[in-house]
Amino acid sequence: MINEDVDQSKRQFLTSALTVVGAIGTGYLAVPFLAQMQPSVKAMAAGAPVEVDISKIEAGQLIRVAWRGKPVWILNRTPEVIQTLKTLDSQLRDPLSQESIQPEYSKNPVRSIKPEIFVAVGLCTHLGCSPTFRPEIAPHDLGEKWKGGFFCPCHGSWFDLAGRVYQGVPAPTNLEIPPYRYITDTLIIVGETDGEKKA
Amino acid sequence: MKINRLALCGNWILERFPLAKVWNEHMTHYYAPKNFNFWYFFGSLALLVLVNQFVTGILLTMNYKPDAKLAFDSVEYIMRDVNWGWLIRYMHSTGASAFFIVIYLHMFRGLMYGSFKQPRELIWIFGMLLFVCLMAEAFMGYLLPWGQMSYWGAQVIISLFSAIPVIGDDLSLWVRGDYVVSDATLNRFFAFHVISVPLVLVMLVFLHIVALHEVGSNNPDGIEIKKYKDEQGIPLDGIPFHPYYTVKDLVGVAVFLIFFATVIFYMPEMGGYFLEHANFIPADPMKTPEHIAPVWYFTPFYAILRAIPDKFAGVIGMGGAIVVLFLLPWLDRNPVRSIRYRGGIYKKALLLFVISFICLGYLGTQPATPTATLFARLFTSIYFGFFLLMPIYTRWEKTKPVPQRLTEQHSLEEQLHTLEEQLPALFEEITETKPVTTEIGDPAFRSSFFTRRPNAEGLLNVTTRLVKKLKESLD
Repeated sequence: MINEDVDQSKRQFLTSALTVVGAIGTGYLAVPFLAQMQPSVKAMAAGAPVEVDISKIEAGQLIRVAWRGKPVWILNRTPEVIQTLKTLDSQLRDPLSQESIQPEYSKNPVRSIKPEIFVAVGLCTHLGCSPTFRPEIAPHDLGEKWKGGFFCPCHGSWFDLAGRVYQGVPAPTNLEIPPYRYITDTLIIVGETDGEKKA
Repeated sequence: MKINRLALCGNWILERFPLAKVWNEHMTHYYAPKNFNFWYFFGSLALLVLVNQFVTGILLTMNYKPDAKLAFDSVEYIMRDVNWGWLIRYMHSTGASAFFIVIYLHMFRGLMYGSFKQPRELIWIFGMLLFVCLMAEAFMGYLLPWGQMSYWGAQVIISLFSAIPVIGDDLSLWVRGDYVVSDATLNRFFAFHVISVPLVLVMLVFLHIVALHEVGSNNPDGIEIKKYKDEQGIPLDGIPFHPYYTVKDLVGVAVFLIFFATVIFYMPEMGGYFLEHANFIPADPMKTPEHIAPVWYFTPFYAILRAIPDKFAGVIGMGGAIVVLFLLPWLDRNPVRSIRYRGGIYKKALLLFVISFICLGYLGTQPATPTATLFARLFTSIYFGFFLLMPIYTRWEKTKPVPQRLTEQHSLEEQLHTLEEQLPALFEEITETKPVTTEIGDPAFRSSFFTRRPNAEGLLNVTTRLVKKLKESLD
């Protein structure tokens, strides 16, 4: 090899240019590779709204329906429960749902359109377990302070019957309220808001 | 004539491939310290379990269906209808737990004899990467049977990502490939579990061993054998790995297989620790089991997660418990490697650490009651204290003089022999003889004889001696 007339700076430039072009090419290829792990079009479309007949839910009863593969609770609250909810504010982390996820129309103390019918996504905002429905007051295992609510068995988070989180438990925010609307007085549709369709 | 041809054939290969060279370098001419004790079995045992997982894993994929609708039933099909399917699956599931037992003991060996210290930092780093990969492999494998615990365990662990600020929610969505753990998640976990992670594991094992053979093995005395060599440049305190340690490891393998087979045939679920009871119920996205706990090998870290009453800080604590292990070679400021010559403060710290690790592991399997949480917080502080205070307390350590050459330890046979000699005297000390006269029959014909009874004073003396000896060994 004769190295006398080698233009080192040219060589350096070509090496750098090739490296940059290669890196850009790899970067472009990474996009489809990584993006294919995003939810597929089919998975996104599976978020179709669910119609639920609520005429058969008795006072104090909770039913579960699947929406986007998640459990959605529909609870018929008694007037006593709604009275109790008003007395809990001081023990809650976010009683007015300022930092929680819900549609605008359920951002009120009882977190629902009609006070008696409560709709929520039944997954704990801590690490996604499904809390258990414990409507009884002061049961043996949960103690005197329990006024009825949802208890997460995984990490011990407490929620009241409006899905509002208590202070001093791991869950950071209130339970999520999905978008929903009333078609008639006894029929609701989960996953859709009045007027506009939501994905 | 025939032999000649065979030799020719062998030469043909050797001229084109460095088989003999590699064999010599890493087996017959790799000189390992001659004083390895039983703690040194766990490296080769880990390799054995890895091979077991590969073979049984490949066989399982032949009948397993990575589909949310079919997965649970296909595992039951393997258990009931596939010839010997139950054995292959139990070998795989027990192998997973055995892997962690072996690896935890292997890591403890490193902590005890300072195998992570200069110049073996990289071996430790590769080993820690192996440990992290192994945890990922085990976690993703646990989703595949698609039972209740698979499902909700994955739900909780993937939700950990969502605690990361800003990108957390998108990241956990990306990992799941759906809004909840679903068929998409199962399918990709299958791909990772059988292809990607095993490949990375094999590469890391290779790097771990290459790095080890470059600097040579540490030993229970924690000194370099390469300092004293004979005329041929062979370490005076070294013996060839093959045949000495290959044969010795065979004994370790035999003992290990006795335990392994016992678990597979008599207690494959290990009382719900190796295979959890709730996992025999198919995954139900609508309902979480009453009490969820990860498999035993994750429980120490899970207990740390639960001990911290804040979502983000909890995840940081859990991750930090693993990250801090990576930093170990730089946290320990004491140049003395082996615990035999280290100061009492390190011995006590290591003992405390082991106790807190085991207790955290137990607490992680239990429901989080207020008392349990309090204890979990205490042990979490000890866990982190052991590592983070290390730069301070290892400086104060009063170490013992380190020998130049490997020391002779009493063999097990000798130890048993001394024990045998001491036993009669010991028995004499903790008992006393008392005359006893029977109350039955004619007084004239009563015979009196002696009976042995425990002697409180003697027992106390022996116990005090034992405690003193124990305390001495910790100084």
